[in-house]
Amino acid sequence: MKSGVALLCGLMFGAGLMISGMTEPQKVLGFLDILGPWDPSLIVVMAAALVVTFAGFMAVRRRATPLFAATLAWPSNREVDTPLIGGAALFGIGWGLVGLCPGPAIADLSTGSSPIVLFAGAMAAGMVARNLMNRRRATTDASAPEPG
Amino acid sequence: MTEFTPISAGIGGVLIGLAVVMLMLSIGRVAGISGIAAGVLEPQRGEWTWQLPFLIGLVAAPPLMHAAGYPLPHPVMPGSTTLIAMAGLVVGFGTRLSGGCTSGHGICGAARLSSRSIVATATFMIVAMIVVALTHHVIAGMP
Repeated sequence: MKSGVALLCGLMFGAGLMISGMTEPQKVLGFLDILGPWDPSLIVVMAAALVVTFAGFMAVRRRATPLFAATLAWPSNREVDTPLIGGAALFGIGWGLVGLCPGPAIADLSTGSSPIVLFAGAMAAGMVARNLMNRRRATTDASAPEPG
Repeated sequence: MTEFTPISAGIGGVLIGLAVVMLMLSIGRVAGISGIAAGVLEPQRGEWTWQLPFLIGLVAAPPLMHAAGYPLPHPVMPGSTTLIAMAGLVVGFGTRLSGGCTSGHGICGAARLSSRSIVATATFMIVAMIVVALTHHVIAGMP
């Protein structure tokens, strides 16, 4: 059941990206290019998604559990720290360079376009690199001698 | 040069929002694409069984829509192979470092009015706009 619903959600998400034109990096760049002939479509996509999500989450929050799983995994971290801002800035650099963020990059894999495959492969490598660094730090911390 | 398409943008945005709400209502998970992708790369028990089908749905959407009469996406990116690879690397690394991307922070987090997500969204939007301003208007012939 979980897998089937998730598949359906992925399909809807991908269809939304495609209908809105967000699977076209040029359209995303048209939004990011505020000094050029600006295309505000992306902000309409986000605004529409935000309104639906805001209202939907308000309704879901009244529930104790989701329909087909044990827990509602609402994120609890609210801390604004350096990794958050540094990571978002790095993401912004990559997004601005080519106009692709993770969702459209994965949906566009279906076109078989080799630049997309390259981007998605590099993106996966970046994600794994971050996880490895995280794990190494955790191991080092754990094996460090007790202070005193 | 792309045209402003408010109607299709609105319809697409509503679908994305519905997908996000449906995932939370049904299995209680946040539809953050970078987090889901990272989860599939390093599978965890009880999580990959929904994360992998979600990604399969995401990839299958364009061909299915195409079968229903929509034109397939035609992704065109500026820049060399090296630049595209570099961009992919920093997008992957950066989204994991900050714990989300356009969907996780920009839609799911911002809709919960999370200060963390709102700061992240403002940061990546402003930085991306500066990068585009530099590469399209300041540095001639870039990227």
